[in-house]
Amino acid sequence: MNEQNIRGLIEEVREGKLARRDFMTKMVSLGLAAPFAGHLLLNAGIAQAQTPSTFKPTKRGGGGALKVLWWQGATLLNPHFATGTKDQDGCRIFYEPLASWDKDGNLIPNLAAEIPSAANGGLSKDGKTVIWKLKRGVTWHDGKPFTSADVVFNWEYASDPATAAVSIGSYKDMKVEATDSHTVKITFNKVTPFWAIPFVGGAQGSIIPKHLFEAYKGAKSRESPNNLKPVGTGPFKFVDFTPGDMVRGTINTAYHEANKPFFDSVEMKGGGDSVSAARAVLQTGEYDFAWNLQVEDEILLKLEAGGKGKVVVIPSGDIEFIQCNFTDPNIEIDGERSSIKTKHPVLTDPSVRQALSLLVDRASVQKFIYGRAGIATADFINNPPRLRSTANKPEFNVDKAIAVLEAGGWKKGGDGIREKGGKKLKFVFQTSVNQPRQKTQAIIKQACQKAGIELELKAITAAVFFSSDVGNPDTYTKLYSDLQMYTTTMNAPDAEIFMNQYVSWEFATKANKWQGRNSTRWSNPDYDALYKAAQGELDPVKRASMYIKMNDMVVQDHAVVPVVSRPRARGANLKLRFSESGWDSDFWALQDWHREA
Amino acid sequence: MATTLTPNTADVIAEAARPKPISLAQDIWRRFKRHRLALLGMIVLMVIVVGVIIGPWLWTVPINEIDFGARLKPPSAIHPFGTDDLGQDLLARMLYGGRISIAVGLAAMFIAIVVGTIVGAIAGMSRGFVDTALMWLTDLFLSLPQLPLLLLIIYLFRDTLKKIVGAEVGVFVMVVVVIGGFRWMPVARLVRAQFLSLREKEFVEAARALGASRTRQVARHILPNALGPVIVAGTIDVAAAIIAESTLSFLGLGFPPDIPTWGRMLFDAKDYLDIAPYWALFPGMLIFLTVLSINYIGDGLRDALDPRRVMG
Amino acid sequence: MTLSGTYVLRRVLIALPSLLGISLVLFTVLALAPGDPFGDIVSNPNIPAEVAANLRIKFGMDDPVMVRYFRWLFAMLHGDWGFSFASRIDVDTLILQRLPTTLLVVGSSQILALLIALPVGVYAATRPYSLFDQIANTLTFIGFSLPTFFTGLMLILVFSIQLDWLPFVYRSDITSTGWHFYWDHFKQTIMPVMVLALFQAASWTRYVRSAALDVVKLDYVTTARSKGLKERVVVLKHVVRNAMIPVVTLVALQVPAIFGGAIVTEQIFRVPGIGSLLISAILANDTPVIMAVTFVFSCLVISFNLLADILYAWLDPRIALG
Repeated sequence: MNEQNIRGLIEEVREGKLARRDFMTKMVSLGLAAPFAGHLLLNAGIAQAQTPSTFKPTKRGGGGALKVLWWQGATLLNPHFATGTKDQDGCRIFYEPLASWDKDGNLIPNLAAEIPSAANGGLSKDGKTVIWKLKRGVTWHDGKPFTSADVVFNWEYASDPATAAVSIGSYKDMKVEATDSHTVKITFNKVTPFWAIPFVGGAQGSIIPKHLFEAYKGAKSRESPNNLKPVGTGPFKFVDFTPGDMVRGTINTAYHEANKPFFDSVEMKGGGDSVSAARAVLQTGEYDFAWNLQVEDEILLKLEAGGKGKVVVIPSGDIEFIQCNFTDPNIEIDGERSSIKTKHPVLTDPSVRQALSLLVDRASVQKFIYGRAGIATADFINNPPRLRSTANKPEFNVDKAIAVLEAGGWKKGGDGIREKGGKKLKFVFQTSVNQPRQKTQAIIKQACQKAGIELELKAITAAVFFSSDVGNPDTYTKLYSDLQMYTTTMNAPDAEIFMNQYVSWEFATKANKWQGRNSTRWSNPDYDALYKAAQGELDPVKRASMYIKMNDMVVQDHAVVPVVSRPRARGANLKLRFSESGWDSDFWALQDWHREA
Repeated sequence: MATTLTPNTADVIAEAARPKPISLAQDIWRRFKRHRLALLGMIVLMVIVVGVIIGPWLWTVPINEIDFGARLKPPSAIHPFGTDDLGQDLLARMLYGGRISIAVGLAAMFIAIVVGTIVGAIAGMSRGFVDTALMWLTDLFLSLPQLPLLLLIIYLFRDTLKKIVGAEVGVFVMVVVVIGGFRWMPVARLVRAQFLSLREKEFVEAARALGASRTRQVARHILPNALGPVIVAGTIDVAAAIIAESTLSFLGLGFPPDIPTWGRMLFDAKDYLDIAPYWALFPGMLIFLTVLSINYIGDGLRDALDPRRVMG
Repeated sequence: MTLSGTYVLRRVLIALPSLLGISLVLFTVLALAPGDPFGDIVSNPNIPAEVAANLRIKFGMDDPVMVRYFRWLFAMLHGDWGFSFASRIDVDTLILQRLPTTLLVVGSSQILALLIALPVGVYAATRPYSLFDQIANTLTFIGFSLPTFFTGLMLILVFSIQLDWLPFVYRSDITSTGWHFYWDHFKQTIMPVMVLALFQAASWTRYVRSAALDVVKLDYVTTARSKGLKERVVVLKHVVRNAMIPVVTLVALQVPAIFGGAIVTEQIFRVPGIGSLLISAILANDTPVIMAVTFVFSCLVISFNLLADILYAWLDPRIALG
């Protein structure tokens, strides 16, 4: 679908000929992230559709305790320091942002009175300013009123490098000011098509109270007693916290949404492992909800037979994929392997990469390993399977791979391994230590063996693989092997940051301490140009088609081999009702969680 | 047996009484043979060792043949031990993995015991500075946090070692040294404690009075009597090493992830305990049998070395 | 020669520099070990790369190891245990939160293990190769052939899933009151304690049996028996006392572990003890927490080794330490 067609569709939505949901479905099937699609309409001046909440409570509380299990416990409760999902979710029980993302990528107001749009004057024509109107009558858990001063303070707090907040990325390069007690104006330094990052979604958009944190801005940030004792605006008030183990909250009787929440208390227990968490929810019903069930589907199905709970799968943009190294990991130049001054002797050959892509049996990986929690895909930007693009289809075909290799001049040697000009098809294939990943490795290795490619499997403990340790050769950003596999998360509901993994100025090198995001070191001048154009492109339709094109450029050149898209898998009690979103914290609508009688 | 009749004199009398003098080794073997359980343990262990050595030649099913059509199948004629969740043949994997597990278990146990006994014996015989220094070393090793240290060792030595002795041997040496290197401390402490007590006992005093050298006191009188805890530690260490090996592969230190060792199979099988119990049963049973037979061999050996054995 | 006050004093004085040496080695190992606490930050594309760099500077992680060691040492001498990277709070608070649960679960399991191992081991040794001995042997071998991750899971499958008697998620803050409070605590503590106790008891029983067996054969026991002393008196007075030396060694080896917690078992039952704190700190590369826990651990190792030496001399007055 080209740009013109998308523009036409938007007009249809505007005129009411096309349902908003259908438009979203179409866009998503183009490989476009749902929030981005929602954004297209928003920027085109079409108001948000509010997801109708089916929860119509008549009184607050009375629901007893909500018991949830996170197999990694929250370690801190200040949203601006919350690095992992576990911490962000823990914070989100007590703190709220101005607005959150629902599962279709719509913005739903929390502390905002309405979502800014061109129609209500919230968005400027030049794409540089956003005006948020705040909800009135909201109070902090200690009774103090919530005002625009709090919002401005969060920007000051997070953007101060001395605070060392991890949310600094959402708040730098902009100015935030209060125009009155309940209006906030954000002025970006440059044109910002995707403006819904500061104060929006998850924990990093959450607002902390100025009156409690004012004295702890900058270098003193770590001394604040409220880092461990949150005082927010959310549906639950803080009771106690043991880092890594337990977060407990009790009902906020002054919550700003009428008759909510349903539960009288919430208890977030941490630690343990994924399988036993699934047991406690699905099989014994000891707990109501379990986070991130990274368990073979075989086991989950068996546990579901216990009849106490079910697995809930929520589409997200996360993708498990294999990266090909375009540089040579075996040559060291200036103290750096996989240097951009080198070329990979084998993987730079497109026929080899195409063959590898054909040798990944995605269907079996989905069927026998991930089940509902991993959908076979050939795209890098992903969405639910029922909406998959027709442009790229996953294909597993050993014979075709052999034909491609033969055509590329790779002939079988005496040891059964293909070679050309003395170079053998032998690769080191690394990933993190994780049961499903090791099984995926085994499946790929076997297929490669049949085609005359030998893989040496390597598994690195996650604590090292995913670290930024400059001294260690095994981090994934260094990619000191030929191939590697992991999941990259799309936690920003927009493709701009997600797609910077393939631009040439993001190469991970020694010079930038391997903090560049492009670890395959694949590059393409056309891609770079397209990416830059998209960054400054205010026209949402053009921008959308650009990202679709970027996705195709990457996957059709087999720079990476997408394996499965990873929807979020959660375990929930059969009676628990909650709305999930693949674009926000699990607790984005905690106030609506309830138990059916 | 009277108090004055020390083992030494007992041997002298025994040897003098015999028409044909036989060597010490023969004597030990003669006594060992009479320990029926030890002999049985020896046979069982031999069967297991021979099985994993020649087994893969007889049972030629590949260890990594993935067959989605035969997932989690209970034992049958085609797959005598059943299959795992990728349809891989468990018997083939057990045989292949057994080589590594047994080799690692025995080698690591050997290192732990030899190092532990030597450190403990030296500390127990000497006083003052040497004892203090060795106990400091023991305490240091006891306090070292294993995980970060392991990661450091992998980081420092993996590639170097691979270059020197090749990938497989390199990994094996590292695994064995790491496991053995972390398990000798209890042996050292136990041996030292035994030595402290034994070196003041009457029969050692008697030997000393008879002019036995320090080495002879240790070798003939103290050490055989201090062997009890060493043998116990040895059997426990074999089990611990087989299991520890699987933990190491989760740190990326052990063997590559596609090599099935017993400890690893047990770990993989645990989540399927209520779906496919046989998967865990076989590795669990074999670890148990190996440990059991090694223990009985140890018991037999101790009784054979010690003239005042309990079994006739 | 008996134990002298000067000996104890001298040992304590030696312990201090050895502790210092150990702390230096520990610190160096942790500083050089690969990985850093910013994995989540680096892999999150929304967070700019400078954040991790700034945090490294803020936590002083780019300074030379020696500088960092002395900074840690001086802070420690002032009673400052350090500051957790992951939780951004003081380490001593974190440890103190976990200590009661650890002492309860691991401590009671060790006591239980001892209560099983001592009588079973001694009784088995007095009747070597009897039926009782054989059964005890087989059970102990099963005990340490099976890792705790396995036995723990089996207990859960039987007692939580099949029988539905016991909960398998440990909660340190039980809300019920009165008798129910104790009953709930008891129920959730049984399984982790049993797993640890059985594993420990299995190996201890072997050691006790072997130690007792060595003593049983010793001449003076035979002498005592031949003097017509009652079997019970012989066992208690001579066998047990002398078999205590290895037992004291083992207990002294194990006591520090009570503080260190039990990583695997705590993980299985979600017991919020020091072990789970340590493992999550290690996985997150939260060095100050690892350093604090291992340092306390090494203090305990050294003091209990010292205590064991003193006990040897008390148990067997002929032992001369000098």
